[in-house]
Amino acid sequence: MKFIHYLEKISGVDIYALISFGIFFLFFLAMLTWVFKTDKNKLDTISNIPLDEQES
Amino acid sequence: MQVEKFYYDNKIVKAFGYATVIFGIVGMLAGLWAAIQIYAPAASLHFAPTTFGRIRPLHTNAIIFAFVGNCIFTGVYYSLQRLCKARMFSDRLSWIHFWGWQLIIASAAITLLLGFTTGKEYAELEWPIDIAITLVWVVFGINMFGTIIKRREKHLYVAIWFYIATWVTVAMLHIVNSFEIPVTFFKSYSWYAGVQDALVQWWYGHNAVAFFLTTPILGLMYYFLPKAANRPVYSYRLSIIHFWSLIFIYIWAGPHHLLYTALPDWAQSLGTVFSLMLIFPSWGGMLNGLFTLRGAWDKVREDPVLKFMVVAITCYGMATLEGPLLSLKNVNAIAHFSDWIIAHVHVGGLGWNGFMAFAMLYYLVPKMWNTPLYSKKLATNHFWLGTIGIILYAVPLYWAGFTQSIMWKTFTPEGQLKFQFLETVTNIIPMYVTRSIGGGIYLIGALLMVYNLVKTIAKGQFVANEAAEAAPIAREALAHKESWHRKIERKPVTMLVLSLIVVGIGGILEMVPTFLVKSNVPTIASVKPYTPLELQGRDIYVREGCYTCHSQMVRPFRDEVARYGEYSKAGEFVYDHPFQWGSKRTGPDLARVGGKYPDSWHYNHMDDPTSMSPGSVMPSYPWLLDNALDTTTTAAKIRAMQKLGVPYPEGFDKIANTELSAQAASITASLKKDKIETPPDKEIIALIAYLQRIGKDIKLEQNNTQTASK
Repeated sequence: MKFIHYLEKISGVDIYALISFGIFFLFFLAMLTWVFKTDKNKLDTISNIPLDEQES
Repeated sequence: MQVEKFYYDNKIVKAFGYATVIFGIVGMLAGLWAAIQIYAPAASLHFAPTTFGRIRPLHTNAIIFAFVGNCIFTGVYYSLQRLCKARMFSDRLSWIHFWGWQLIIASAAITLLLGFTTGKEYAELEWPIDIAITLVWVVFGINMFGTIIKRREKHLYVAIWFYIATWVTVAMLHIVNSFEIPVTFFKSYSWYAGVQDALVQWWYGHNAVAFFLTTPILGLMYYFLPKAANRPVYSYRLSIIHFWSLIFIYIWAGPHHLLYTALPDWAQSLGTVFSLMLIFPSWGGMLNGLFTLRGAWDKVREDPVLKFMVVAITCYGMATLEGPLLSLKNVNAIAHFSDWIIAHVHVGGLGWNGFMAFAMLYYLVPKMWNTPLYSKKLATNHFWLGTIGIILYAVPLYWAGFTQSIMWKTFTPEGQLKFQFLETVTNIIPMYVTRSIGGGIYLIGALLMVYNLVKTIAKGQFVANEAAEAAPIAREALAHKESWHRKIERKPVTMLVLSLIVVGIGGILEMVPTFLVKSNVPTIASVKPYTPLELQGRDIYVREGCYTCHSQMVRPFRDEVARYGEYSKAGEFVYDHPFQWGSKRTGPDLARVGGKYPDSWHYNHMDDPTSMSPGSVMPSYPWLLDNALDTTTTAAKIRAMQKLGVPYPEGFDKIANTELSAQAASITASLKKDKIETPPDKEIIALIAYLQRIGKDIKLEQNNTQTASK
């Protein structure tokens, strides 16, 4: 039950850290390219969603 | 396309809104009371439930989960329906969520005052309430995702992303940090011990700030600010970058709460690096908010809603600039454990959360009651009272924190500490007084708001079901080819999974190594489990909330070693379920208090602290001298500890109470020598046993090595 030292014998456990960081970093880069390549009109439409409801 | 007619549910928004106001006032009153107790300890009324150690958790929990929590739900239930062009998924779930949450708040208030606490900051609630929170949170999630799925708007507006990230991350944080072993219905022990418990706790604690007090409120900002200013957000691109970078980076920053502690150095550095990076998304968000008002500043002059928002967003910017600075080790060395931190969180709490909540309420009530606000002037007065309140609150505490910290570190030319701990406290009492005045003014402002809203409600007509129309999402629109991000962004479940992965990576990388790598927590042979009496005493220490004012963590600084003794090592805390390092020193550190004073000193000090240290601001704990110690739980506690890996011998639970009585008798005898007569079965005896034990194991170690080397 003791919640420590379970995986200490796994060799090269740090590779998981690198992989997960890599995954995020690539995702982040992809997101950045998308953000800057996407059509401005589309973004304008989305950013107007809160405003385009009819006022009662 | 056939346009569908439907109704927004305003009734649930109203209910959450009322709860926000009520619990806001209650939480602020508790805070004010706690603030007054710091310089007027008699305000504790010498009554257990109203001492600082119990009022302070009540204040923090009430503000975070009751005030801000209900504020989030108010805003989410209002904006989500409109952003999705759909009524909430299920009215029944909405109301289960509402009453469930209020029930949790009520039980939290009662149990915290009665002293049922896990002893982990902002996660003090005991295990049955933890389970209830999980269930209600799931209900909220189903209701939210159900609404998103049946929406009539193709795109998910960025505010909804923030809501989704909030939901998923809070669920993860709450579950991971609440692993605990129940002993009785109202008592549990944290699954983790010492360093690991600290790391999990501050991963949770920091991200409670991030994902309960920040991301949902940012979501509200992205909805209500454009509404109030009647213009779209400055840059939607920036909001997307803001979102992803914020949720990724925030989750890593927790260890900055543990700089210079016994936490492994790599984890501390990780926390510092990510905290510094955090400035970019935070300020991106702040600038996005403020720039939304470009060319509309004339409106800010007119509209109290915008006034509150501008100051709220500015406070957000200030607090998130200060956060990274406080994560630098050299700044942290001065600020940590001092009132600087209290000032910092209140710039966020009073400024960002409070003012956003007020702005939202001033916006929503006239809208839902279909009438203009009763008095704009009164709202503007509230705004000024609030702003002055924040300044009067924060500035004295910055001053106090800085002064006290420098005093702690001052040496005489002869190399002695210049100030007694108590001198550094009495020196800043005027700051404490000013702070409570600032808080009081802020509270008066909030009361003005209550009056204003009540008057507005009285003259308006509540629109319980607001009619709206929209076309359902066209099927053919989905068919054509789209970019991948657009696809993700339209699919709430994918969004949920992705945010979970993003925050999960941070959490796992930050915590798992301390659990896995043995060298992170070097064991110390002389560190032994607590005796049964000490264990009972420790639980009293936790119950009375001693950790709200006393740390148990000597940092490796010259002044701290000179004042308290040998600095704390990771291996000393391996049996501490939960850890009690604390986060604030209103009183001195206790990590080496064991053996520092005679038993009788502690006895008299608990009865009346000023009798032992004149001028002390510690409350008195006379009931500890009268209450009989509950020994029926001893065996269960020992068994729970054994399950957690504390090496008590087999069958020790059966003889634990015998050992407990023997130790109690020896303390009673030592008290008798100092002319104090007390039966051995009182709570004070257990507490003395614990206090006399803290930090002693390592002294044994040093003695042993000295003997060995001779």
